[in-house]
Amino acid sequence: MKIRLIFFGILALALVIASYFSEYLCPYDPYLQDLGNAKAVPSAAHIFGTDRYGRDMLSRVIVGSKTSIYSTLLLVAFITVLGTMIGVFCAWKGTWVDTVLMRISDVFLAFPGLVFALAVAAALGGGVHNAIIALGAISWPKYARVARSETLAQKETVYLRAAKLSGCGTWKLIFKHILPNITGPILVTAMLDIGTMMMELAGLSFLGLGAKPPVAEWGSMMSDTRNLLTTHPWVTLAPGCAIFVSVMIFNLLGDTVRDWLDPRNGR
Amino acid sequence: MTEVIRYEHVDISYKGKRVVHDVSFSVEKGEILGIVGESGSGKSTLIKAAMGLLGKDGLVTRGDIWYKGMDLPDLKPREMRKLCGTELGMIFQTAGSSFCPIRTVRAQLYEFMTEHKKIKADVFENQAEELLEKFGFEDPKRVLDSYPFELSGGMQQRVGIAAAMLLNPKILMADEPTSALDVTVQKQVVEEMLMVRETFGTSIVLVTHNMGVIRAMADKVLILHEGEIMEYGVTEEVFEHPESVYTKKLLAAVPKLRR
Amino acid sequence: MSVVLAAEHLTKTFVSQGRENYTAVDDVSFSVESGEKLGIIGESGSGKTTVVNMITRLLDVSSGTIRLDGEDITLKKGKELKEVYKKMQMVFQTPTESFDPRRKLGDGIAESLINYGMKKKEAMVKAGQLLELCGLEKEYAARYPHEVSGGQCQRAAIARAIAIDPRLLILDEATSALDVTIQKEILELLDKLKTERNMTYLFICHDIALVQQFCDRVLVMHQGKIVEEGTPDEVIRNPKTEYTRRLIESVL
Repeated sequence: MKIRLIFFGILALALVIASYFSEYLCPYDPYLQDLGNAKAVPSAAHIFGTDRYGRDMLSRVIVGSKTSIYSTLLLVAFITVLGTMIGVFCAWKGTWVDTVLMRISDVFLAFPGLVFALAVAAALGGGVHNAIIALGAISWPKYARVARSETLAQKETVYLRAAKLSGCGTWKLIFKHILPNITGPILVTAMLDIGTMMMELAGLSFLGLGAKPPVAEWGSMMSDTRNLLTTHPWVTLAPGCAIFVSVMIFNLLGDTVRDWLDPRNGR
Repeated sequence: MTEVIRYEHVDISYKGKRVVHDVSFSVEKGEILGIVGESGSGKSTLIKAAMGLLGKDGLVTRGDIWYKGMDLPDLKPREMRKLCGTELGMIFQTAGSSFCPIRTVRAQLYEFMTEHKKIKADVFENQAEELLEKFGFEDPKRVLDSYPFELSGGMQQRVGIAAAMLLNPKILMADEPTSALDVTVQKQVVEEMLMVRETFGTSIVLVTHNMGVIRAMADKVLILHEGEIMEYGVTEEVFEHPESVYTKKLLAAVPKLRR
Repeated sequence: MSVVLAAEHLTKTFVSQGRENYTAVDDVSFSVESGEKLGIIGESGSGKTTVVNMITRLLDVSSGTIRLDGEDITLKKGKELKEVYKKMQMVFQTPTESFDPRRKLGDGIAESLINYGMKKKEAMVKAGQLLELCGLEKEYAARYPHEVSGGQCQRAAIARAIAIDPRLLILDEATSALDVTIQKEILELLDKLKTERNMTYLFICHDIALVQQFCDRVLVMHQGKIVEEGTPDEVIRNPKTEYTRRLIESVL
């Protein structure tokens, strides 16, 4: 269990660090066009071949990781904090505030997520930032739900009553007692969500509502090259594989964290 | 008198740690044996071992539990299931939680019975009603119609005991059957268990921490501390003239009502 | 003798949609004198827990008044309520659950001290002393609640409750979840603390024999009302109501 956690943790960390230094890791300039060498078959010089402008695919995939991974992490962090704040607030306050916010979250949950994000992104216009905002706007309810139900459970505990009697004010109760006790399930939700969010961001880019060309981003790279799929499949498969591998790493890490935090583990 | 169940030098371990050590006793037909101890004494473990309920971490490492010539810990799960209910009945601390919350009492009792023998629905109905009447339920039909959550804690416990008696087992293993109940209901449940012994001649192994319940019910008492027998004998004698230091300390700690 | 706590015509009615209103506590009045050990007994559903929740202000009252040291605390909130808790503390039925599972026992005990203005370092020293006063070594401050036994945890809970020198200590079934030998030790500890610190106890319990042993005076609650009041011996030997008689007869 612990070994698995360390293994996937290191793998994920390596991915994040590598993507940060991605510019220095590419063998070629990812934006340099070489029309003479367009649509080259994978070879020793260009492991993933080149695209229709003769740009090295490997370099583009490596550079693309920065946009893909960082925007995903930013997005997940954003919705985790936002959702948790709303959820804890609702649970603590109760009354009509809770009812109103939860009905709003119901509305968001009732729509098919990506379709709704598409509408928001289309209204805001393209670009990575707007894609993050669009996905963030539709994804917070899940976190709010988790945070709310966990907070409600904590509110009923004996220790919280004891803390109240010890003279703790509202802020102290929330920050010192409730939040530390609910981070586990929220963290697990977030970890498991990294993969999903990466896919959805790539999906939006694929549809032309995320990163704009020539910025290298896995989703938009796949979209750019999709008419070459039958003739020159490597140009599409390279970013595809990158998405596949990183989503898998984050999902497995999420699974491991969940198992690890499970109290039935008898830690 | 005939012996119904006999524990011989039983050792039980949980996750490799010994929790019960060298416990021997026997229960005769119609006898009520009380097993008393504080938390962690291994008292519940003792009856779980007989019922095959130790779970994957628990293991009888030494000794035998004899029932009708069978060594219970050695039985295969399938053979054990056959005995449970028909030969060995079990009552838990909260019978309510051993019922399924979304089905009526009738459906659950019927299923419990048909698992062990073929029985027509109307025959079952008569039997169940008759039994519930014996337990002093005024309107057995209504009890059968109700869902577990519609019954009070005390009612659930009484229905639980009645359910355990449906198949007329030879031994009833009761794990803290009155501990979750108010005193007035507790008295009723104690009286009903005594009635069970009277009417069906059932032997009862009663595990509890409540000395009052033991005093009121048990013929013999076994005092357990950290997995070992401290004292074993006729209830009055043990209570009046305790011999071991632990028993004395335990009895002194029980608050007695001065009337 | 002065009155520490007075409840006057306390009533709690639970209102829920689609169901009949349920009056859990119905016009209950009583008072606790300084230095007294007052017991409240009753079975489940008698309303004794609701009374406690109202007194500690964890539950709003429907009507009636609660006075602590002569001061009306019925409607106090926020900062004012914090001052009230200086005089009134509580020990709960489930010791392990009454401590934050992610924080050490010492943090729990020191919490009130810090909240009332003591420095962290000083409070931790005091927590150790309090643990010793309650019969545990001060090293227990560094343990988590799940690492100690129920009896030890209850001692820590008592240490937490007396940390800010309250006048009134409410013991809500504080010994019911413990083994009898441990229960006896805890009661002895409470008696010791009472003489040393002139405490007043409100002892909520369902075990009448225990109340007889521990309390000076007892109230019997049934269906939200106080049905009997007197010294335990009086009540047990000459019960005035049918319910009390039945309750006493049921004791095995």
